[in-house]
Amino acid sequence: MALLEVKNLKTSFFTDAGEVKAVNDVSFSLERGKVLGIVGESGSGKSVTAYSIMQILAGTGKIVGGSVKLDGEELIGAGEKKMKEVRGNRISIIFQDPMTSLNPTYTIGRQLMEAIMLHTNRNRKQAYERAVEMLRLVNINEPEKRMKQYPFEHSGGMRQRVMIAMALACEPDILIADEPTTALDVTIQAQILELMGQLQKELGMAIIMITHDLGVVAQMCDEIIVMYAGSVCERGTADEIFYNPCHEYTKGLMRSIPTADTAGKKLQPITGTPIDLLNMPKGCPFAPRCDNAMKICINHRAEPEQINGNHIASCWMNIKHALDSGDIALEADGEGGEQNG
Amino acid sequence: MAENKPIIEVKNLKEYFSINTGLFRSKPLKAVDDVSFTINKGETLGLVGESGCGKTTVGRTILHLYRPTSGEIYYDGKLIKTNADIKEFRKKATMVFQDPYSSLNPRMTVSDIIGEPLDVHKLCPNKKARQERILELMDYVGLNSEHAARYAHEFSGGQRQRIGIARALAVNPDFIVCDEPVSALDVSIQAQVINMFDELQDKLGLTYLFIAHDLLVVRHISDRVAVMYLGHIVELAPADEIYNNPLHPYSKSLLSAVPIPDPKIARANKRIVLNGDIPSPLNAPSGCPFRTRCRYASEQCAQSMPEFKEVSTGHFVACHRSGEVN
Repeated sequence: MALLEVKNLKTSFFTDAGEVKAVNDVSFSLERGKVLGIVGESGSGKSVTAYSIMQILAGTGKIVGGSVKLDGEELIGAGEKKMKEVRGNRISIIFQDPMTSLNPTYTIGRQLMEAIMLHTNRNRKQAYERAVEMLRLVNINEPEKRMKQYPFEHSGGMRQRVMIAMALACEPDILIADEPTTALDVTIQAQILELMGQLQKELGMAIIMITHDLGVVAQMCDEIIVMYAGSVCERGTADEIFYNPCHEYTKGLMRSIPTADTAGKKLQPITGTPIDLLNMPKGCPFAPRCDNAMKICINHRAEPEQINGNHIASCWMNIKHALDSGDIALEADGEGGEQNG
Repeated sequence: MAENKPIIEVKNLKEYFSINTGLFRSKPLKAVDDVSFTINKGETLGLVGESGCGKTTVGRTILHLYRPTSGEIYYDGKLIKTNADIKEFRKKATMVFQDPYSSLNPRMTVSDIIGEPLDVHKLCPNKKARQERILELMDYVGLNSEHAARYAHEFSGGQRQRIGIARALAVNPDFIVCDEPVSALDVSIQAQVINMFDELQDKLGLTYLFIAHDLLVVRHISDRVAVMYLGHIVELAPADEIYNNPLHPYSKSLLSAVPIPDPKIARANKRIVLNGDIPSPLNAPSGCPFRTRCRYASEQCAQSMPEFKEVSTGHFVACHRSGEVN
């Protein structure tokens, strides 16, 4: 049984302007000890997916459907008391901005100890020892001295280490990292990614890595989910997604990143601008920006199609290729006629 | 594309900011410390480094947004010194800023934002010419001319950056300082804007100083690349040369830290992970600025600042031990 099983998750924000379907029918599963990457542009719903799993949605956000099972146990509708047990103990989260996610008026030590005492039945002294141990684990020098200092006395990379120490203090099964290195410089990013990879192996936890940086997922992840406008375009192993992308959006993303080979040449960007979630089209959300969009793409959303093994993509182009190569044949009636568009 | 005639020459540029350390005490923060380089006409010079290394300050000081503490800046062979020089220079050199959200005045329409440099430098004789020029500029950067009367908040990040670029182009410059112009944009939009920089360079013969921390982007767009660390340029070489054969230990670790978007390469990649953080420029180390994080540091590195010397054609490096460590 998978450690975390997300099925048909739907989360909406109810604003004055209307319902924004930030997460629209997202399904995936996460095995123990694996690293899953969620990639997408801003507004694609990757963070909201994470917040929905943790049930920490702000104000107008509401989970409107689907299921999230942790070790077979349903979390949606399980109540706040249950979620308090889950958060921190079973699933922890670290946020993007290490500058604002620590309280500036408390010392590092107090914040770490607060988290530990809240989630375990350690007393102050034991919590202090655990906090020092955690700081040492994330390679912070002189942890006893650091415990007495305030967040402003730490650099960005150090604060992110403190956040990781806090998230891992209660030995969660799953760590959700929401853009953990986006605010950091590359050399500091390399330190943090190395630390996360090493802790993941040592502690055997699973990581959900949310990022827009394809380089980071290539380095860290076993499996990848590509999201666009609240939906999953494609999911599969890292190698499948990078070497055999089967959704037009994923292909476009791969083409638009500069590499060693593109120097002096034109990049091939995805045209147009990201979609307005208040005015979602009827069909595939990527169709308005897709160079290969067909008539059917505009009117009908493609169902998730198995490419091979765990590689799944929702794109009509795959059906078209299969038709062209004669792997599948159209039935005499139905909507077949539209597919030639 | 690039001619071998320098359009911008920077000689021994220093920019110190005074930081209050006590009630009546202050200390110089050496944001840029003795930097020299040239940019040829039609060329793109990439400037990379981590936050706080002084790359933005170099860009701003060249345009005299900050008065240089010492050092000289030449444009087309002419020293820029007096206020009149600066005003004249700014008709030829402009800037695109990093944050497309805070660099556009929310109370001004697009046509006023793009038209402001035209008004400041009195470049248009009448209203009609001004309006035509604004529409021409909007066309250059791929903005719909019907949107001229809109406000900045009605546009997406990528479109705002296009407005910022149109504003920079308004005075018909030769030289543009691009300060992290694509960092705030999503990958798919980033590629559109990078292509636009390329096209504008070909069409208008522009010269760029392209400041960025994204090394893949810099490699793509630059002819030559300079690496900065703690106010100093530690290495400068043609783009391919610096990526294939970095000589300074800092450049090596910086380049190896870049996550490559290719799982097989990323897994095989041996990263040189640096220990610790960049030191505060208020308490910069003696000698070579990088020695506190450098695995090859020797006594000599603590004593003297290494000379910035040419080791092969066009490849400059400032390291005492660059010959030995490779």
